[in-house]
Amino acid sequence: MPSLAGLFFWMNRKIENINKITITKPLKLDCGKTIKNFPLAYETYGKLNENKDNAILVFHALTGDQFVTGTNPVTNKEGWWVTAVGPGKAINTDKYFVICANVIGGCMGSFGPKDTNPENNQPYGLDFPVITIKDMVKAQESLLEHFGIKKLLCATGGSMGGMQLLQFCATFPDKAFSAIPIACSSSHSAQNIALNELARQAIMADPVWDNGKYVSKNVQPKNGLAVARMVGHISYLSEKGMQEKFGRKLQEKADYEFSFNADFQVESYLRHQGYAFVERFDANSILYITRAMDYFDLSKQYKGGLVEAFKNQDTKFLVISFSSDWLYTTKENKDIVIALNASGADVSYSEIVTDKGHDSFLLNEPEFLKTLKGFIDSMYEKFKNEKRI
Amino acid sequence: MKSLKMKKEFKVIAELLPNNTRVLDVGCGDGSLMNFLKEEKNIEVRGLELNQENVQHCIHKGLPVIQGNAETELHQFPDQSFDYVVLSQTLQAFYNPEEVLKNLLRIGKAVVVSIPNFGYWKVRMKLLFFGEMPVTKTLPNTWYNTPNLHMCTIKDLFKFCYEKNINIKQVVGVNEDKTSLIKKNNLEIKNLFSKLGIFLIG
Repeated sequence: MPSLAGLFFWMNRKIENINKITITKPLKLDCGKTIKNFPLAYETYGKLNENKDNAILVFHALTGDQFVTGTNPVTNKEGWWVTAVGPGKAINTDKYFVICANVIGGCMGSFGPKDTNPENNQPYGLDFPVITIKDMVKAQESLLEHFGIKKLLCATGGSMGGMQLLQFCATFPDKAFSAIPIACSSSHSAQNIALNELARQAIMADPVWDNGKYVSKNVQPKNGLAVARMVGHISYLSEKGMQEKFGRKLQEKADYEFSFNADFQVESYLRHQGYAFVERFDANSILYITRAMDYFDLSKQYKGGLVEAFKNQDTKFLVISFSSDWLYTTKENKDIVIALNASGADVSYSEIVTDKGHDSFLLNEPEFLKTLKGFIDSMYEKFKNEKRI
Repeated sequence: MKSLKMKKEFKVIAELLPNNTRVLDVGCGDGSLMNFLKEEKNIEVRGLELNQENVQHCIHKGLPVIQGNAETELHQFPDQSFDYVVLSQTLQAFYNPEEVLKNLLRIGKAVVVSIPNFGYWKVRMKLLFFGEMPVTKTLPNTWYNTPNLHMCTIKDLFKFCYEKNINIKQVVGVNEDKTSLIKKNNLEIKNLFSKLGIFLIG
């Protein structure tokens, strides 16, 4: 097994070869600081057509990245949304041009806490400015200009990706013809914040974390980061789904070991997920991105609340929730629908019945994928017609 | 539930609705009526539908639809946010049709409600001569599996509107391909010979 330092070196080398734009325009962050000349890493799939009316912008979730489908060149694993995006898939890359950017604060090539601070030639660590969902979205909007796209056919994202999408639509009301927020919320609930705090505390309790200064020592607080990931994984499944998948099944053994090893399959699963994650993700990025999620409250940004946030929307929305998702519940998604309705926006809503919990949007859920495909294809026909007129 | 010749009912409803208006179709099914209104009358349509498969059909047709239960989720639509609200052959299936109607009148400036007429002569005959709950083309289910909890006649709905001070603008009776206006003076006879009643109220 390669040493962690070696692994970082290898990852950083690969990261140098990924697509990036440098955003030269100063971006004033919500925290008050201004950043400029910073990198935004992205990936595209499919081909932008001549009319530039087939572009779909995908926003990724907390631990996602720009490698939506195909093979992620850094991790050599499948892209995180391979179930929905690709040739012949619901978001058909034979037909549509899919763009996804790594969020700022992330660790897959976009400006993030492991980048070098020019002031002291050290990795930023906790000197990296606290960013918000709005900051992430503003940075990504630059990609439209980069590709010369006036209006996206569609923008979509699940979980934190959905939050970015809602922010995108509120901040840039004329940039997307249609939008599909999936399994998300317009403001982080107390439970959401609590779970994120648990993840952060796990990282910060790891002595290796060292106030975020571990990066310069080429190490990673992997124990803390792994626990943070385990918390996440529990919240992505449903009680029923977990029971069906693992039950009380033991991990390759006939009986209890009377020890604290991973006797149960569910323990083994969590440990595996936790420790696999530390190889591809930066602990400080988790702190920054979860903070951005916690600060997200779209209604707070507008005097009239959420209804005001969606005023003057021409965008056609499809909100999708999953019945067993307890992280971003059907109710929270419906509140978005109610606000969109009240603001007079064109909105559709579907609740997919499934036991798979929050993770459903990443899985092969036929009803979900059919709905996604039907909406995007019908929107493409409308968008083309509208442009012709 | 929607088993009577769809096209005729939709045509009558479409005739009641002026062009270029905003219409909410409550219980919109697979979106056939919405599509018809959109295509024929340039009406801006929205739908509310409970069944996931039907919701998918609407979405595939590019029709905006919200998955939800009209019984419990009408509150999400603001007051007077639509010119018309349409409720096709589902009033009788609600636990509390009075509350639903009240909500529809709050959301729409006017409401179109269609009901399968329990006063239709064949329905009456079935009960009178056979002593059985009627099963007809418009009412295809048996007593133990019918979604219809509050069957009523055209006359019942007339009376209801009077009692509740709801303004009746127009009532159309439908029997197969024939339609006729129903007024106070022909109510008894039309209540006997109409399979379906379509009310424009509010």
